Amino acid sequence: MNDIGKSITKRKQLKQKLKIFQEERPFNKAQKMDVPKGLYEKCPTCERTVNKKTNIINDYICTHCGNHFRMRAIDRINYIVDSETFIEKGIGYITLNPLFQNGYEEKIQEYKKNTHLDEAYIYGYGKINNKPCVIGVMDSYFLMGSMGSVVGEKVTKTFEYAIYKRLPVIIFCASGGARMQEGIFSLMQMAKTSAAVARHSKMGLLYISVLTHPTTGGVNASFASLGDIILAEPNALIGFAGPRVIEQTIKQKLPEGFQRSEFLLEKGFIDQVVHRKDLKTVLAKLLAFHGGYN
Amino acid sequence: MNILEKEKKLIALEKQIDSLGNANSVKKLKAEIDNFKQNEMTKLSAWDRVLLARHQARPKAKEFINYLSPNFIELHGDRLYRDDPSIIGGIGTIDGNVFTIIAQQKGATTEDNIKRNFAMPHPEGYRKALRLMQQAEKFKRPILTLIDTPGAYPGIGAEERGQGQAIAQNLMEMSKLTVPIITVIIGEGGSGGALAIGFANKMLMLENAIFSILSPEGYASILWKDVTKAPQAAEAMKLTAYDLKDFQIIDEIIKEPPGGAHFDKEKVFIDTKVAILDTYNKLKKLTGIELYYQRNTKTRNYGFLQRFNYDNLGGIKNDIHKDFRDR
Ligand SMILES: [Zn+2]
Repeated sequence: MNDIGKSITKRKQLKQKLKIFQEERPFNKAQKMDVPKGLYEKCPTCERTVNKKTNIINDYICTHCGNHFRMRAIDRINYIVDSETFIEKGIGYITLNPLFQNGYEEKIQEYKKNTHLDEAYIYGYGKINNKPCVIGVMDSYFLMGSMGSVVGEKVTKTFEYAIYKRLPVIIFCASGGARMQEGIFSLMQMAKTSAAVARHSKMGLLYISVLTHPTTGGVNASFASLGDIILAEPNALIGFAGPRVIEQTIKQKLPEGFQRSEFLLEKGFIDQVVHRKDLKTVLAKLLAFHGGYN
Repeated sequence: MNILEKEKKLIALEKQIDSLGNANSVKKLKAEIDNFKQNEMTKLSAWDRVLLARHQARPKAKEFINYLSPNFIELHGDRLYRDDPSIIGGIGTIDGNVFTIIAQQKGATTEDNIKRNFAMPHPEGYRKALRLMQQAEKFKRPILTLIDTPGAYPGIGAEERGQGQAIAQNLMEMSKLTVPIITVIIGEGGSGGALAIGFANKMLMLENAIFSILSPEGYASILWKDVTKAPQAAEAMKLTAYDLKDFQIIDEIIKEPPGGAHFDKEKVFIDTKVAILDTYNKLKKLTGIELYYQRNTKTRNYGFLQRFNYDNLGGIKNDIHKDFRDR
């Protein structure tokens, strides 16, 4: 076989591989992710035991007190984006181990298997109430949604794709911060993603950042805080330093409700706290206000 | 034996000289001291460098500024809340070129350190830095930032006033500037708190400075649940100037005398000045838009990852990875 023939076969193989990759994920299906490890969990606010399955059917909202549980990225997309419109972009990144941490690669493999994701972030093109946008979602079930090189790269690509297509960006943030295992490379992603937001903003395009539980550390101190409009889900933990670090530093207990969405709303750092059930309507309205999408 | 113990031994040896009368034995001892300095004090582990970066006698930002720019005028306040003493900013000339200088300042004494909050800035510090940088942009002045901080301050007030938002805003606005930005890491470069004034065209670093995502102690306690493993953590985190140069995160290393910068401050100041002016003379030739692109392209390339492509399909999983391992 000659070189061109070889490359065509390779391309075919790659396409096949990507196809399998996409079909593994239940986008465009009204199916919720299965939750491993135990049938029940304790609601952190009302402290009652809730059935995980009922919980998932109720969009991860506690049936007793309305507490918002962490939502998986794929479920989030199924919930927010119009069905059959989501096209995932930026597939096929491989997470490496730049500092040769023991067990890091194995850990990533395990999370990949459990979450059906290749990293803690997915993005793509989608429509919300028929309004096109680029939508990115972080998954806090994948290593606390921490931002390493791949997450930073994909977030940057989100904005670059949106610049190319002249589309608004919506990002759902859920992250414990930068990924320690990748050391300084994770830290530099803060600068990289912030610069990407600046370039997108310069084109006169809209960026809505939705902060969900938890949004802390390096993600909070970069693209999450740079939205033209910043929304938050009720009672989400949002802050730069984690509550435990602050308690250790100042050596006193933190007040009730500190670093929660409502607290930040009061302090003037977010535009609105939106209940999960209203989120789609609010986002669709905001998209309609910006630009002539029909 | 870590570097601090070695330093103590050196001081003890130097004290012995005074007590010796015999010229011959003085000469012998001096040779021994020289030998010790050249051989023992230059072999540094990552943890040694962490200790040196935090050394009480290490030259602080203000001493650098006094040497680099004797006519420096300090400007205070963020115009929003208050003046943060942990970040100093102002205008001064370096070899005739007017610079806006912004630096994180550790205290020389305990009292001073408390006033300066151990160089851990609050949001107002970052907002002051941003105000001065935007002022520099207006008057087309180059910007020099000196980094020396354990990290942004984690406290109630800092969170109430939006620590994360302040850092993010700095990063975004710094990416837009069209003047040269030069950063020198002179001591500790701790996490986002350091990066918030370090989004630069060129990043220089003193030989024994460190730059990391969190402290080695934090890393050891989170990943290994054991604070005493901080020395191993320092090694694993790759936070020294040489590692970062390998990773192409920083551009240049400024050498220090054996035993650390505090052994010969004068020489360190001179070398730093030369390095800054060299870098500035190179950047000076670029236009505003070129500087903007240079900074953004450099930042765009940060990261250590691989993507499926036609070439490595079924081949070696990650060839970049292999390169680094071989080195
Ligand atoms: Zn509940």
